[in-house]
Amino acid sequence: MRVYVPMDSAAKALGAEAVVAALQAAARDAGVTLELVRTGTRGMIWLEPLVEVEINGVRHGYGPAAPEDAGAILDGTSERALGPVEDLDWMARQTRLTFARVGVIDPLSLQDYAALGGLVGLRRALGMTGAGIVEEVTTSGLRGRGGAGFPTGIKWKTVHDAQAPQKYIVCNADEGDSGTFADRMLMEGDPFTLIEGMVIAALGVGATRGYVYLRSEYPDAIRVMRRAVEIARKQRVLGADVLGSGRVFDMEIRVGAGAYVCGEETSLLNSLEGKRGVVRAKPPLPALEGFLGRPTVVNNVISLATVPVIFEKGAQHYADFGLGRSRGTVTLQIAGNVARGGLFETAFGITLGEVVEGLAGGTASGRPVKAVQVGGPLGAYLPASKFDAPLGYEELDAKGGLLGHAGLVVFDDTADMLSMARFAMEFCAIESCGKCTPCRIGAVRGVETIDRIRQGDGAAVPLLRDLCETMKDGSLCALGGLTPLPVESVLDHFADEALPRREAAE
Amino acid sequence: MSPPLPDTDEIDAIIAPHRNAEGPLLPMLHAVQDAFGHIPETAHRVIAEALNISRAELHGVISFYHDFRSQPAGRHVLKICRAEACQAMGGAALADATLKRLGLDWHGTTRNGAVTVEPVYCLGLCACAPAAMLDDRVLGRVDDARMTSLLAEAGA
Repeated sequence: MRVYVPMDSAAKALGAEAVVAALQAAARDAGVTLELVRTGTRGMIWLEPLVEVEINGVRHGYGPAAPEDAGAILDGTSERALGPVEDLDWMARQTRLTFARVGVIDPLSLQDYAALGGLVGLRRALGMTGAGIVEEVTTSGLRGRGGAGFPTGIKWKTVHDAQAPQKYIVCNADEGDSGTFADRMLMEGDPFTLIEGMVIAALGVGATRGYVYLRSEYPDAIRVMRRAVEIARKQRVLGADVLGSGRVFDMEIRVGAGAYVCGEETSLLNSLEGKRGVVRAKPPLPALEGFLGRPTVVNNVISLATVPVIFEKGAQHYADFGLGRSRGTVTLQIAGNVARGGLFETAFGITLGEVVEGLAGGTASGRPVKAVQVGGPLGAYLPASKFDAPLGYEELDAKGGLLGHAGLVVFDDTADMLSMARFAMEFCAIESCGKCTPCRIGAVRGVETIDRIRQGDGAAVPLLRDLCETMKDGSLCALGGLTPLPVESVLDHFADEALPRREAAE
Repeated sequence: MSPPLPDTDEIDAIIAPHRNAEGPLLPMLHAVQDAFGHIPETAHRVIAEALNISRAELHGVISFYHDFRSQPAGRHVLKICRAEACQAMGGAALADATLKRLGLDWHGTTRNGAVTVEPVYCLGLCACAPAAMLDDRVLGRVDDARMTSLLAEAGA
């Protein structure tokens, strides 16, 4: 009897290990031979731990499973039965390109990976020139999924065209934004996709070495990625002779040390070099002077992990999905106070309201939705009146929002928006690298100014606005530059809460 | 109670595998902290000499990152997420109640040395908030009851 249980962190956090132990015990008691496969998560986190039992080649889901459900799951009488997993509304409505294998395969089986389209893209890329590879990525319309949305093909072209004795591929896996977990889910659920994407990037730009800078807060992802690199090296996907082509590429997993700002590419590079994770001024671009001063591609996990499917199915296939200049799919991460939270991969263009009311099913608390923070701690808090906004880079920008890494954090009507604005400033003060004064000092002053507003000082509101302008204009990176976004969004959309209490009472 | 201070040979052996890495400092610091639970003062000179950097420079790096400790933590480290998604699900109240119950502030250690409580900004468990991590074990939808049993398990 073949049974699948996720080993993704979210599933573990909800008790997957206890369910596995119960399943093994129940199988022993029933005299059933259990073939247990550990997978990533399908992304339906509200159903985790989600146990899947293969019946006549179809995987049937049972969830959320508790240890006491084990016996009934194995004999098919469990009330947790959900039917075939692929037919569930959440799964059937998705366009899974980047996440096609996540939750399906054993993440550390290269054989399973290859059986479901893995390495097809790399084999194709091995027959192409560097310029051809870069051109293919450009045609796909892929843009940086880390948040900035910069066209990946253009970045690669800059590195490709640079002359240097050594070039690097650096994967930014420092996914620090609250409400985002796509990188983690992918690394834990389909690590070979990321590795394959990095090899293709290397072939494209002429790099021979790569690093994944992975945050220390993700111990499970670190273990899976390290193991996957060892396996890939052994199976010659990595090393001195990539798939027998004579081409060279090897990579290493490096662990961060708990600094949010290292998700910014230049401070990441400094950190990787063993320095303080202080932001660098640009230019020079990392594409020309990156890791150790060499031309470096710095891409987010999802950007790189999307590359294999682009080469497998063709750039045009990918570009045919999407909206406006946002091509392909977006991996929405639905989080916070939601009835159904998780990862949903779909073409760009779905509206915020469809996601929050439709997919997420409203709040977990059952109370009305008050605000959605889109794009992590540096994203705006949007009220329900903005729910018609289509999710695309430019489209959301036009509504005063920021798509970022496509994390959505939902809040119900008990949320205190002024304290969320205060938290944005507090977080910036804690995590500022210290290079730019408006960020380092401004964030501290921001907390104090919001405290004055809280105490009823109306004169502090324009002061806060002015401070936000200074931070935006005077900070090198997105931390200082975008912390004002959530703060101002509270002033703009939740003005009654941001008004001094005394005035409001008058 | 604490183990004897490491000698320089021990530290040399721990950092040696990373000497030829590109950007070796963070891997070295992680290795030292994994071995001793913190970065002991005695390691500073060894690392600084190995990499030909000043001790001031090294101190600058160590003190920049939240992960590196100059003192050992308690026997267990409990990290409670303070970030937005967890706040949306009552994470702040959970953290306040936990700290109050233990009579600690953030980064504090219980008097019996069992648990150090630290803030963390996102564990990537935002769809099953509020989240926490006890040592390397992740926990989702943590409520008061769950926290009570965790603290008991950790001996707080």
